[in-house]
Amino acid sequence: MSINSSDDKYREMFIFETMELAGQLEQIILNSEKSNGADPQFIDEIFRIMHTIKGSSSMMFYKHIALLTHSVEDVFFYLREEKGKAFDYARLTDLVLEVIDFIKVEITKLQAGDDRIGDPSILIQEIQLFLQQLQNDPPAGQGEMGAELNPYEAVFTFVDGCEMENIRAFGIIHKLKDKAENIRHFPEELIDDENSSEIIRREGFTILFHSEEPLESLYDFLQETLFTKSLTLSRREKAVISLEEPLTDLAVKTSETPEIPETQLQPDSQKSMSKQSIISVNVAKLDRLMDLVGEMVIAEAMVTQNPELANLELDSFHKAARQLKKITNELQDMVMSIRMVEISTTFHKFNRIVRDMSRQLNKGVQLRIVGEETEVDKNIIDRISDPLMHLIRNAIDHGLEHAEQRKEQGKAEIGTITLEAKNAGSEVWITVRDDGKGLDKQKILQRARDNGLIIRPESELSDREIYAFIFYAGFSTNEQVTEYSGRGVGMDVVLKNIEALGGAVSVDSVQGKGTDIIIKIPLTLAIIDGLTIRIGDLKYTVPATSIKQSFRITPADVIVDPDNNEMIVVRGQCHPIIRLHERFKVPTKVTKLHEGIIMMVENDGHIICLFADELIDKQQVVVKTLPSYFKKMNGIAGCTILGDGSISLILHTSDFFS
Amino acid sequence: MSEAKSEVFEEEDTLQGKFLTFPLGAEDYGIEIKFVTEIVGIQAITPIPSIPEYIKGIINLRGKIIPVMDVRLRFKKEPRAYNDRTCIIVIDIKEVTIGLIVDSVSEVISIPDENIIEPPYVNKNVHNKFIESIAKINHAVKLILDCDKLLNEEDLEELEPLL
Repeated sequence: MSINSSDDKYREMFIFETMELAGQLEQIILNSEKSNGADPQFIDEIFRIMHTIKGSSSMMFYKHIALLTHSVEDVFFYLREEKGKAFDYARLTDLVLEVIDFIKVEITKLQAGDDRIGDPSILIQEIQLFLQQLQNDPPAGQGEMGAELNPYEAVFTFVDGCEMENIRAFGIIHKLKDKAENIRHFPEELIDDENSSEIIRREGFTILFHSEEPLESLYDFLQETLFTKSLTLSRREKAVISLEEPLTDLAVKTSETPEIPETQLQPDSQKSMSKQSIISVNVAKLDRLMDLVGEMVIAEAMVTQNPELANLELDSFHKAARQLKKITNELQDMVMSIRMVEISTTFHKFNRIVRDMSRQLNKGVQLRIVGEETEVDKNIIDRISDPLMHLIRNAIDHGLEHAEQRKEQGKAEIGTITLEAKNAGSEVWITVRDDGKGLDKQKILQRARDNGLIIRPESELSDREIYAFIFYAGFSTNEQVTEYSGRGVGMDVVLKNIEALGGAVSVDSVQGKGTDIIIKIPLTLAIIDGLTIRIGDLKYTVPATSIKQSFRITPADVIVDPDNNEMIVVRGQCHPIIRLHERFKVPTKVTKLHEGIIMMVENDGHIICLFADELIDKQQVVVKTLPSYFKKMNGIAGCTILGDGSISLILHTSDFFS
Repeated sequence: MSEAKSEVFEEEDTLQGKFLTFPLGAEDYGIEIKFVTEIVGIQAITPIPSIPEYIKGIINLRGKIIPVMDVRLRFKKEPRAYNDRTCIIVIDIKEVTIGLIVDSVSEVISIPDENIIEPPYVNKNVHNKFIESIAKINHAVKLILDCDKLLNEEDLEELEPLL
């Protein structure tokens, strides 16, 4: 049994690491695609990652992944050795992306416990074919990169009295430029420095360069130089040449690919990504740590507010107690912050989607990411990805116009999708913004009218309220979706997912300018804003987000139907009342509706009113799950430990609607 | 890893044949000590709606929320008011942690295997259902609880149709 569990642990680790690496890989390849592979570093990076995946997957006996990664490794090994070789970059990118997809699918299967293994052989063949083509290609005449090939050193001396040694040397350099790169020579200044001829006469002319050509042919080539008295050409040890700044400068200048300014930044961000000092910790351990800290806070209160200390003069005790409180608070904050992860990985995943869609739909799209350093609870990160993907797809598909249209309207031909995250109080706001055509208010209104969604006078509706109609289920599945200016596909699903996280979604749009979809989610699922209510002697917690309003009523407000169902009319609408003390079978003295408190909760457009004895407090609580012994509890989402150490059950209000 | 394994075996060895005993009504009961993680005094119990009567609710055990079961009620005996001798025996079975509320605990004893006998088969007796075996010690008899059955599946199903 212990073997099995450690096996599981390794598998979990493998899945985690490989997914992480696959994500990194995707990011690297997309970044370097943007710069047309201008950064040679990516070859090393990809080689390294492929090697790691190969190693770990063969260790786990996932042979198919190991084989596949091995074949990719071969390609990159070749590229690494043959630096500067020209190759079909787009094809390589596609291949690597296909490999990433394959690995991801396999890993997902693994996670789901699916034993069926995919067959990578076709992909492997393609990769091998690519490698063969690479190897058969004649060596590129001129490498693009300032990379080390074979380092050579040539020393010329010219025939005495031939004059103009510096000009002749310059000629050699000029000739050599076709065959070699990273050329350095001594003396460095040939034309401008009058003494250079003198130096060459005295010490000879030394050239350090790199070339793919073999020694012999280079020798023959250089030998042809007129007035050469002697020529020594030798291969140098790699260590001799140091790629110092002048050389790299040279390399960048000779590079033919135009560089997009961004590419300068990307290698840096990549580096910092791979060098971050991070350890991965099992979330269960963090939960346990949080439990312990929570327990300590309670224990601290029990000590410092111990009734036996009352009425005692304890100045230094109180001072020490304050210090303790300060430290425990800090500790609590720190433990909370451990669960927080940067949203950047989630954001960067979308680069791929944007790229793929941009190609598929033939629309120029760039993804701009703002505030990727924003931190969000791990659980939320895991669950925000799908809704975001939906929104981004919608934005590209329906929001952005084609290049011609954009041009006509005087916009940049390439559309921009902005993904922005920022902190706002105890919430994180994530905005998906496009600079497309925006929402058509009139059409939405028309559609809402047709579907009978408008219950208020239209003149009273704010823009936001109108846009909010797009979140209604079935609103978009109308036949004219494609003509209809925007959004729609599955917006109700997005809303549901976000609401399940305790968040909210709103829309801002300017016709012709673009659309903002703003998602507001709580920082953490582990802590919620809760209203503590009392029923009998027991305390319960209701998530503040689920309560629309709470109020007291008079006996006259209540209607009772013949089946003894109680109802209440609020603003012309009739809502059923559920007495929590009856539902939970808790004895209480407060049984008259006007003595207690009514809380209005909404779910999916329906409203019910919950009746409790009284509202005690509003506070942030740490959500804990009920013991697994209880399976799924109807009406209860979990529990929390209150400041005095007692347990309060957290209501799951949507359960009361069924 | 082999090291860790042998450690586990050693630990199991030392726990082998040891039982925590507690009186309940006229009988003495025993629980294999390997299931027991700790014994705590009675503390505030938060009731949970719509669960069997013998599950009293949940307690906060140093930040860990665990359910507690009144063994008297489980055995369909007369309930008794809790006092400062009332104990909660926290047991861990198949990754489920649960507290057993008992009147008090007596001691930990070693019972050699030869002193443990199968319980007699009567019929589908409710009492026998939870008894794994019977141990004889100096003319006294201890009933060894089958912890697994104490919180077995068929009873868990009773918990499902809540509300």
